[in-house]
Formats: sequence, C-alpha cells, structure tokens
Amino acid sequence: MKTIAKTGNEAMAYAMKQINPDVVAAYPITPATEIVQIFSNYVADGEVDTEFVAVESEHSALSACVGASLAGGRVMTSTASQGLALMHEILYIAAGNRLPIVIALVNRSLSAPINIHCDHSDTMGSREAGWMQLYCANSQEAYDSLIIALKVAEQTAVPAIVSTDAFIISHAMERLEVLEDEEVQRFIGEYKPRFSALDLENPKTFGPLDLQDYFFEHKRAQIDDFSKVLGTYNKVAQEYAELSGRYYPALEEYKTDDADVAIFTAGSTADTAKEVVDGLREQGRKMGLVRMRMWRPLPVEEIKAALGKFKAVAVMDRSDTMADFGGPVFLETRGILYDAKKKPLLTDYVYGLGGRNIDISDILRVYDEIEQVVKQGKIDKLITYLGVRGEE
Amino acid sequence: MSMKFDRPMNWKELPAGCLIDEAATSLRFKTGDWRSMRPIWDAEKCIHCLFCWITCPDTAITVQDGKMTGIDYDYCKGCGICAVICPPKASAIDMVREEK
Repeated sequence: MKTIAKTGNEAMAYAMKQINPDVVAAYPITPATEIVQIFSNYVADGEVDTEFVAVESEHSALSACVGASLAGGRVMTSTASQGLALMHEILYIAAGNRLPIVIALVNRSLSAPINIHCDHSDTMGSREAGWMQLYCANSQEAYDSLIIALKVAEQTAVPAIVSTDAFIISHAMERLEVLEDEEVQRFIGEYKPRFSALDLENPKTFGPLDLQDYFFEHKRAQIDDFSKVLGTYNKVAQEYAELSGRYYPALEEYKTDDADVAIFTAGSTADTAKEVVDGLREQGRKMGLVRMRMWRPLPVEEIKAALGKFKAVAVMDRSDTMADFGGPVFLETRGILYDAKKKPLLTDYVYGLGGRNIDISDILRVYDEIEQVVKQGKIDKLITYLGVRGEE
Repeated sequence: MSMKFDRPMNWKELPAGCLIDEAATSLRFKTGDWRSMRPIWDAEKCIHCLFCWITCPDTAITVQDGKMTGIDYDYCKGCGICAVICPPKASAIDMVREEK
C-alpha cells in the first residue's frame, strides 16, 4: 500500500493499469475525459499488455469491446456524457450477451445546451440497460470501485459502470492509497470466460435472432442474473475491505442512528453533506445522511430499512426525469417506500444540473427545510429546484 | 450443456446470454413449411447445368457426383429462383401451388 496524489481521472486510469485488461477500445468524443488518454500512455510506455483499439466513435468503441469480450477477453473502456449516449444501443447488447465489460465513467450532463460539467443525467438515462451502476464520492472510492466492480462483473456476467462527478472528482487532486500491482492481480484473479468465440473446438452461435418464442425467456433469465449482483457485490466488497481496509457498502449510512431527518443523495455531494451533518451534530440537531452508491441493481431492502426509520427525508437528485415529477432517485425511492411499514415524508431537491455549484449553505438549507417538514407534519413543496435563479 | 430442442425450454434451462452452445443449429429449423409454391423437378428434362444449385438461397438443391438429384423440401421456401434460372431449352422445373 502506498500513498499518492491523483485526480479522479488519474485514479481510474491507474486502477485500469493495475487491472491490465486484455482489450481497451475507446474514442474521445467531446466531452470525454483524459482517462483513456492517460491509459493510452501506459500502453505506449509498455506498462500494460493491453491491446488498445482506437476506433472512430463511442458506438464503435463499445462494439469493439463487445467483440473482444465475446472472444473471451477482460475488457474495459471509458466514456462520459454524449459518449455514453452514443454507446446506448450497445449497452443493451453487452448486457444481453452477459459480457462483463467495465466502463470508467465521468458523470457529465447531456446536451442541449452544450455543457461538460457534472450532473447524473448520462448514467441515469442508461439505468435500464442492464449494467451495474456505482456512483463514487471521491477519487479513492473511484479507484477502489473499479477493482471491486470488475470482479463482481466477471463473477455475475453483468457489465458495470463506475462513475465520478465531473471536475469535482475527475479533475480534483486528492490523496489516495493504492494497492500494489500484484495485490490487484491477486484480488481480481485470472479471468475465466464462460465462453470464447475463438474456441474453435467448441463452436457456438452468438447473437442469433430471437423472436416471440424465446426473447422473453432470455430477458427473464437476464433479470434473474441481475438479481444476484447485490449479493455478489456484498461478498466482494467485504473481501476488498479485508485487503485494503476500505469497505464500501451498496448503501452508506452516516450518523443516522438517532436521526429524525436525513438527506438521501449520491456522489461528491454526499461527502459535502457529511461536513454539514458534522456541523449540525455540534449544534445538537439530530440529522443524518444516506448515500446512494449502488443504483443498479437497486438495493431495495437496504433503502427501505435505511430510510424507513426517519420522520422526513430529502432526496437530492442530480438529474431530472422530465416526468414533471422530480428526479429518478426520488421517483424510485417513493416506489420502494410504498409498501414500507414505516415511511418518512419524502421530498425531492433537483440540484447541480450542468455543474451548478452545490455548497454547504445549499445543503444546510435542505436540512433546515426538512426539519420544518417534520415540525409541520406535512410537505408544502414536493419538488424543489435548488440553486436555480428565478426559483427561490 | 447441450441444448434440447424437442420442446420449448423455460428461462431457467437456457444458457446465459443469447448464446446457442453449438454451431449450425439452423439445420434444425425446417423452413420448408413457409412454402406456398412448390418446385417440381423433371429428371428427364434436366441437363445438370447446376445453375439452380448455384443460385438456390437455401441450398435446397441436392446434388450427387456432379448431378442434380432433387429438391430438399425441408428447406425449400418455394422462392422460384430455380425455375426462372433453369435454361428455357431444358425447362426442367415447374412451380405449382402447394396443396394443403
């Protein structure tokens, strides 16, 4: 274990280097991050054995990854925002074929208007694609999560997206503890693919037409495999904690034991909110934080148990569903809590779109307002757009 | 795992992914029942030029020792290309309506 200083992008590229995948196919569409560029330096310098395939679009990048994964390789790529949108079609193909590809992703808003800063609309727009999704709160977690996600993906044959918040994590230099290369290799182990298109002794048929008679059965089986991801994740996260000393639950609770109210949010904002909670605790206000880390598959029982004990919860969504009903985390959380025996009053704060800054005073305002909700015993405003001009 | 095709499998029996764990399984998919027009081959008239063998999209023309031997109705979809391509002087293939 050694301590180094790295940005979120460098941390993810470094994890990719230590994983040393067989194939990385990528294309740097705007707004791509430098993850692939840093990784391609490792390739050029001979520090990895990876076959680096430079393609002509993100659609082709993930398509090349699908081919390499079908051939039995350990495969990774990186993208952000429009790049993920362009990969959208192939996300489903990778997941349907059970190819454990891992994407190191930086969350950036989707155009229009054109923007390269953080929100979660890119990955939230792909949440039905059949990929595991992990949202990280800092660079350390991004590094660790890529290693964990790769192992979970390969054990469950479910592909994974590990994401960080654009600029806030991706470009910010942080202190980071990293494992030795050999430790990472020993942890992830040798990849033993379930099949290989290059296995000429045992020819198989890949990607055949699948109509009314079998498509539904294949999808049902995929959904069933997806339901095993959380259990595998819990096991692998525990193994990783034993190796590194860092444990990452699918859902993180911070100072929630005696709390009356909590914020439920994801990414770097959760780390900021921890600072706010610490300050509130000093004032004797019983407030906590629940951090959504795994969003696919949904840790349903964990969310129900964690949020059910509060009087009120403010969800903070860094994207909107355009359903005129708030953000995706809010919508799905409401669904999860519907049949909970005890459930909190639930409000939604859509914030930080296009990288709009979210600071301690904004989060403090949310805590003040949910405290008010508890006092009144009712919600005045279900969905608030936080930090947008014309709304205060 | 060997896949069985004698009855429709349920989702728990399928191999992971949209994978068929063997090759050339399309041989078991008899497309002949799509046919509404049936090619009838006249062995007497046939000159064994094998134009039909080359052009058949379903490899449904059977050949032995360089000679045409007939039509494989398990796979022939009745497209009629063989009847069109057959040289007019020979005109060895007629298309007739498929009977129930």
